[in-house]
Amino acid sequence: MKDLVEIRWHGRGGQGTVTAAKVLADTCLSGGRYVQAFPEYGPERAGAPLRAYNRISSKELRMHCPVIAPNIVSVVDVTLLDSIKVAEGAVKDAVFVVNTSKDPKEIRTKLSAEQAQKVFTIDATKIAVECIGRAMPNAPMLGAVCKVSGLVTLEHLLEDVRKSFGKKFSQKIIDGNLDAARRGYEEVKEG
Amino acid sequence: MGKIVAATGNEAVAEALRQVNPDVSSAYPITPATDIMQRFTSFVSNGKVKTEMILVESEHSAMSGCIGASAAGGRVMTATSSQGLALMWEELFIASGTRLPIVMALVNRALSAPLNIHGDHSDGMGARDCGWIQLWSENAQEAYDNTIQAFHIAEHMDIRLPAMVCLDGFIISHSIERIEYLEDDKIKNFVGEYKQLNPLLDLEHPVSYGPLILTDYYMEYRKAHDEVMSKVSKVVLDVAKDFEKISGRKYGLFETYRLDDAEIGLVILNSAAGTSKDVIDEFRSRGIKAGLLKPRLYRPFPYKEIGEALKGLKAVCVLDRADAFGGSYGPLFIDIASSLYPYKERPVLFNKIYGLGGRDYMPAHAEQVLSELVEAAKTGKVKQIKEYIGVRE
Repeated sequence: MKDLVEIRWHGRGGQGTVTAAKVLADTCLSGGRYVQAFPEYGPERAGAPLRAYNRISSKELRMHCPVIAPNIVSVVDVTLLDSIKVAEGAVKDAVFVVNTSKDPKEIRTKLSAEQAQKVFTIDATKIAVECIGRAMPNAPMLGAVCKVSGLVTLEHLLEDVRKSFGKKFSQKIIDGNLDAARRGYEEVKEG
Repeated sequence: MGKIVAATGNEAVAEALRQVNPDVSSAYPITPATDIMQRFTSFVSNGKVKTEMILVESEHSAMSGCIGASAAGGRVMTATSSQGLALMWEELFIASGTRLPIVMALVNRALSAPLNIHGDHSDGMGARDCGWIQLWSENAQEAYDNTIQAFHIAEHMDIRLPAMVCLDGFIISHSIERIEYLEDDKIKNFVGEYKQLNPLLDLEHPVSYGPLILTDYYMEYRKAHDEVMSKVSKVVLDVAKDFEKISGRKYGLFETYRLDDAEIGLVILNSAAGTSKDVIDEFRSRGIKAGLLKPRLYRPFPYKEIGEALKGLKAVCVLDRADAFGGSYGPLFIDIASSLYPYKERPVLFNKIYGLGGRDYMPAHAEQVLSELVEAAKTGKVKQIKEYIGVRE
């Protein structure tokens, strides 16, 4: 792992994007790492575009400002590609993970990704509907981000999702989310 | 070894308060401090603390409740932000004038109007001269550590003054970071049993609070407050030493970062200091002798110590996340200028106002200021003493 990994999440209010960033921070805490997770606070409305950020580092994190040059960009809602420059500031070898049923090659073109940048896709909404029964794509996206970043193992992630969700939700919801996170991890594909 | 967790600044403060387990809390919710008391009241409901929780109808009543409970002889705390602190205004002076060691978390937020819920230092700066002790915190860890130390400082028998612990609204209060919590019994031993001083509820020894003191003794009373303020620095340092023994973390009156041999320096409070340190490292790697000073004990302000730490630099920029609308400079700048006033040889000094109402303070802002400092150190001249940065023209 690099000394510092910076992640930017793009989602819409109500998709669990902020929760995904929080769970990721918690999961990455192992091995003495330093973590940050924080959303961009604005009027919190369902459906409104929002950003959330992670920093994961082997050194103490002192920077307290939004991520402007992300290593990883996670797009939880594909319709944002039409309205927001999700690639803005992304580093030369940045990795994009997009929630879509479309082919990664098509998304690569849409993003005008640079040669060294990687583009992955995952049909997180479909997985969520199948596993949880609602279009809440955060758990599969979390699985996909963990896979492409190599930040934590699948087992570790699932254990943490179990712990984070266990406080608030029923066993059925927890099992659905675990399954969704696992499928996100396994089904993400590169273009 | 404590417990390493990923938690928000508000969670960290609430955890510190749970571990301290005060006798009474009286509180009213306001963004972004709400989360502290929301978590704390669930500790109360779930029997995790023995605190008597008084839910009131305004911040004025919240502080009044704290004053009554503290005078009665209890260990007392509360939390607020912005307009909440403003509504407490007259009670803040009653608490300090009555020498009640109340501890309050202040989650820094901009003041209205216009209405803004985001982080800046206008609230804390507006209350800087109300006779309270103020400790400022860069991150969630410092907010946690300062909250625990604040009880010890406020309740010290040489001091007996209320203390505020400041942390940046949203930037710290709502961001998740890695934090180390100490064990419950360590905190319990550290703060110790609460020592009462002239408690109202000691019916064997009746006392009177809130007397009328006119021209005969009011001035002597005020002088006594000024004198006790002069003792705070020593107690803060003593408490920091004790805290280091249980935590391994060092605290002082202020933090210096690469300042010893620095020629140019930034003076900046709270979360923006962290962002600045990373940029200072970049400048250092280019051979530029840059450093930083971050005040921790802001009231009483350690003028002498800070003056000594800064006097040898060539140029210093003070960054304020609040403006003082006195036709003059930001509040921190005024204090830094005062601390350098006694020295014949002193750095060139200028002031930037940044980050009001939660406007992001980015590395580029620190770069801009440090580059200007390089120039000022070379020429000995300042182009403009006070300037807003990161602002639309």
